[in-house]
Amino acid sequence: MSGLSRRVGLGGGSIIGGRVTMALDPGALRSLATRRQVVLVTGTNGKTTTSHMVAAALRSLGLVAHNASGSNMADGALAALTDALDAEWAVLEVDELHLAGVASATDPAAMVILNLTRDQLDRAAEVRRTAAAIARAVVAHPQTTVFANADDPMVVWAASEAVRPVWVGAGSVWRSDTVGCPSCGRSLTESATGWHCECGLTRPSPSWWLEDDIAHGPGVSSRLALSLPGQFNLGNALMALAASVTAGVEPEAAIAKISALSRVAGRYARIQYGRHTLRLLLAKNPAGWAATIAMLDGSRPVVVAVNAREADGRDTSWLWDVEFERLVGRVVAASGERAADLGVRLSYAGIPHVTNTDPLAALAEFLEGEVDVVANYTAFHSLYRRLERAG
Amino acid sequence: MLPDSEVSVCTLLPDVLGTYSDGGNARVLCSRLRWRGIPARQVTCTVDQQPPTSCDIYLLGGGEDTSQLFATEWLRQHPQLCNTLADRSLTLAVCAGMQILGVSMADVHGREHVGVGLLNITTTPRRRRATGEVVSRSAEVGLLTGFENHRGATELGDDVRPLAHVLSGVGNGDGRFGRRATDGVRTDHIIATYMHGPVLARNPALADHILASVTGSSLTEIDLPDQRALRESYLAGSASQTMRGGKRG
Repeated sequence: MSGLSRRVGLGGGSIIGGRVTMALDPGALRSLATRRQVVLVTGTNGKTTTSHMVAAALRSLGLVAHNASGSNMADGALAALTDALDAEWAVLEVDELHLAGVASATDPAAMVILNLTRDQLDRAAEVRRTAAAIARAVVAHPQTTVFANADDPMVVWAASEAVRPVWVGAGSVWRSDTVGCPSCGRSLTESATGWHCECGLTRPSPSWWLEDDIAHGPGVSSRLALSLPGQFNLGNALMALAASVTAGVEPEAAIAKISALSRVAGRYARIQYGRHTLRLLLAKNPAGWAATIAMLDGSRPVVVAVNAREADGRDTSWLWDVEFERLVGRVVAASGERAADLGVRLSYAGIPHVTNTDPLAALAEFLEGEVDVVANYTAFHSLYRRLERAG
Repeated sequence: MLPDSEVSVCTLLPDVLGTYSDGGNARVLCSRLRWRGIPARQVTCTVDQQPPTSCDIYLLGGGEDTSQLFATEWLRQHPQLCNTLADRSLTLAVCAGMQILGVSMADVHGREHVGVGLLNITTTPRRRRATGEVVSRSAEVGLLTGFENHRGATELGDDVRPLAHVLSGVGNGDGRFGRRATDGVRTDHIIATYMHGPVLARNPALADHILASVTGSSLTEIDLPDQRALRESYLAGSASQTMRGGKRG
């Protein structure tokens, strides 16, 4: 069945395989998850990267089932478990709105909650509602260890009822969506020790934190020399380290595995295409862009590809909360199915650009050499599939 | 105003009503002024600041339910600003920004909250959230495109003109059998709509309509790359949607 889905071009194959099994047996996920140690990874940005890090580290303990391609709803989880029946461990990245459902079926040993910001408002409506859905999943699983980002007020609010919390100071590059207190709506106060609110919601003191690139945790004080770029990925690595060391992986082994990861489901991959070397990056919302823009290299040309399919969110308004002004001075191409929306945004940012809905055709305008390509969800996957076929 | 004097554009409460990227409207207005050689000043006013009361244009954006009540309370605490909005400046209010300027709005639990009272409109919750593309026609600026994402049904008072009539989408949600729905509100000092996008990025004619009425002069055309393609992609098919009665959801 997965073979069929791949042949008809519907995706990596895992989603269709999972959906068919679910249709046949709604209890399938539950029975496939029993007698496994399940770790669920959720949050707006960094799910795929962090779950790859946790899976890599846990492999030093045994076989790991993992939805590596990023199919992160119940059917993707099911497909991952079906593909690795012998695995004692399972690491599943889960869409924020599907966490409660997947958790109730899999009874997870651990949940990792990375960050909660605006993404696909046409689907999720409000960040607070997403956080409330996660809070319900946390409350329903008092036995689950909850690894939660202490620097993200929305995450702290969502995880505040956790019976077994582990607070991780994973950082936060984007706070514009949480200027008000998630609990009461007042303004949050920033101080040297973090943020707090009059109502009592306060940054918990983390048991894992970063000091530059040194990770500190119970019995751990080690440098993280990641192959992946960016401050954002240091935060992801710290979350992954906390979860895998708590699960029983030796810290040095976990750090080695996490640091060695150099590409994640095509993200951060360097691919030769004709006379260009492409570095592929995925950014799908303002917070993701804030993290990604810091990873863009010097004066390289940039191709930005934006789609607005269901999986991306139909509304392109979010482009106006991305600081494209920071690309001034570079050679830029606006691309993807919503190249025109992006092109208008770039013009208002004062960035001359070429416009071509096809990101590979847009490259024709660039001199040979290295090019950064930043695409949102479906634009990234369709480009990556084309490059794999071409390669 | 004098031909060479500066136009000031103030975004109110971007920290509270900034969820739907409507802040882009300020950038569009200021850029379109500067491209024409007219000086523009972009100002933002957050909750902890004293609002300026002498700007030419004020912008209010969309926000979540809790933020909306917070913003209403804040505006009521600044009566001088409300006086300016009522009869001196020009305001573009989007989504929640429109609702809070009304007489009242009811939340999803049916609780009624008093609005700022600058517009004779009342908003009650819809059964279902209205999420999707909207196309409307305004007598003054022609076809408008935007993205709506709200749960409000907004009823206009008898003396209130809508901004536009909806060709596809929900808008104010006041469509009835045989009567086209409207979107937004238009008074001498306030233009309001449910359209995000941001609305002025998608509809340069509306941006220029606002700028022309503030500067009192007619403005030169601006031909922005990609703008035509953007509008065509959203407006294509609005004719066929009209055939279906212009209602959805």
